[in-house]
Amino acid sequence: MNTPEPATVRAVAVSKIFNPHKANQVDALIDVDLTVEPGELVSLIGPSGCGKSTLLRLIANLIEPTSGDLTVNGKSARQARLDQDYGMAFQQAGLFEWRTVARNIELPLELRKWSKADRRARASEMLELVKLGEFAHHHPWELSGGMQQRVAIARALSFRPRMLLMDEPFGALDEMTREHMQAELLRICSETGTTVVFVTHSIPEAVYLSNRVVVMSPRPGRIVRVVDVPLGRRDDDTRESAEFFKKITEVREALRGIEGGGDPRSADVERLRSAGGDFR
Amino acid sequence: MGRADGVGGSPGLARQRARRWLLAVAAVAILCGMWEGYKALGEATDGTVLGWDLPARYDDLSMPHLTDVVARFSEPTNRGTTESVGVSVLKGAWYTLQLAGLGLAVGIAVGLGLAVLMQRFRVAERGLLPYVILSQTVPFAALAPLVAGWSGRFDVLGYEWEQWMSVSFIASYLAFFPIAVGALKGLQSPTAATIELMDSYAAPARATLFKVRFPSAVPYLVPALRLAFASAIVGSIVAEISVGRRGGLGRLILEYSQQASSDPPKVYTAMLGAALLGLVVAGVVNLVELWVLRNRPLGDVR
Repeated sequence: MNTPEPATVRAVAVSKIFNPHKANQVDALIDVDLTVEPGELVSLIGPSGCGKSTLLRLIANLIEPTSGDLTVNGKSARQARLDQDYGMAFQQAGLFEWRTVARNIELPLELRKWSKADRRARASEMLELVKLGEFAHHHPWELSGGMQQRVAIARALSFRPRMLLMDEPFGALDEMTREHMQAELLRICSETGTTVVFVTHSIPEAVYLSNRVVVMSPRPGRIVRVVDVPLGRRDDDTRESAEFFKKITEVREALRGIEGGGDPRSADVERLRSAGGDFR
Repeated sequence: MGRADGVGGSPGLARQRARRWLLAVAAVAILCGMWEGYKALGEATDGTVLGWDLPARYDDLSMPHLTDVVARFSEPTNRGTTESVGVSVLKGAWYTLQLAGLGLAVGIAVGLGLAVLMQRFRVAERGLLPYVILSQTVPFAALAPLVAGWSGRFDVLGYEWEQWMSVSFIASYLAFFPIAVGALKGLQSPTAATIELMDSYAAPARATLFKVRFPSAVPYLVPALRLAFASAIVGSIVAEISVGRRGGLGRLILEYSQQASSDPPKVYTAMLGAALLGLVVAGVVNLVELWVLRNRPLGDVR
């Protein structure tokens, strides 16, 4: 244990250009430097088209960078994906309606050829972690949105990855459920020591959850500021503390410094993504 | 398996089911009533109602009494034979069902195979889909004699091509189309995020196909299967007629209609047999549907 643990994510001068040298070229990310240390929770925030989802997908190796150097757990992003060093959760829980809750959580384990008994055991363990033990044999469509999202988190963590990549996972939930889920996520991460990279639109969410908030701007997508959030242990009082509001203001001002939206091109990246352009 | 309340056999659903049965019986009763009513009206008014001539002939030759049709089932097929019409029709229906079933099985296999190929390779979709659609615009009546001519002409894996194979071939030719189109749509139905999720697990394409794409396609396949079943049955009956294959319902319909002038109720027995076959097949599809969609939210058929 003399050598320090490698950074969970290290991005150096990473760029991603969709449709290079074409009329519809989009500079989704330009020269991004980012380091995420083990156990950290880092949020990516910014207006549409700032490349925050693109950055998350680069880390996940769902797309390849156009240039730059990106390592995850000290190896290439591709190798980290093949080794399943991370779990992923999206805005839509994306559970399979034909599988029970428990069998949804077992899916990544099935793909890793775990035995049935081991899968069962881990699934019920994960269900306890997200406090849905009694819903193991329900189908996803019998659960509320918040419960479904908890199942998705349990699924992402089922094989105990060291990192969780989350793309607006609570974006579709109502405010009350959302705050509850944020507290749950922090509890789960402190229990499991998981590193999290979290994409969000919500300033309070970013500040409440994160050790650091990475503020990004569009056209071209880049990091404009990194706000440290040394708020210590979070609880319900955190949301009403002066420090919390101060940090919210700091992030908001960093976002205001960015030239505002209103440009129709801001949705380009999202549109490209949905059209499947330059996508694996 | 735990199921949330109100999803399975709730009283509302049972009442709905009972009402559906009642409606079906009522529809048949109304049809029978209209048939006999029309005949009775024609006979009573000598074919002219309020100065208007009735549009169709109502005599026993054109419209036999339903009781005669039903009674005909239990009478011998021809003078001098012992087998009743009912037994002949049932045998014919069974034979047709077998040929149609084989055609359907081949059609499903080919349809699914094509759909997987087209989903996997966009080039295949571009290249194949137009031909898949084109295949259904070829007039069936033009195709049948061509296929009928295959019998005895060539071998398939050492087996000589037989007449019944032509019937099954035509059934499969009609059945593969809805399966191919429905399955393709279903295989392509998982969202980009779902596929990304599988990629994030470094899942091989085969795992994504079997664990995600096929289950996602099931709600699309149910209506496709219903169409394919119907096409296979109709295709077999018509193919039997044009190929000249004996033993099935198609042949019976042809034979019995040739005796229409001397034995009018007989024509309708074969047609009722075909309708019965359709009902049985529809029932089978419904059972399949209930089974494959048992763990899905209600109203999940696309």
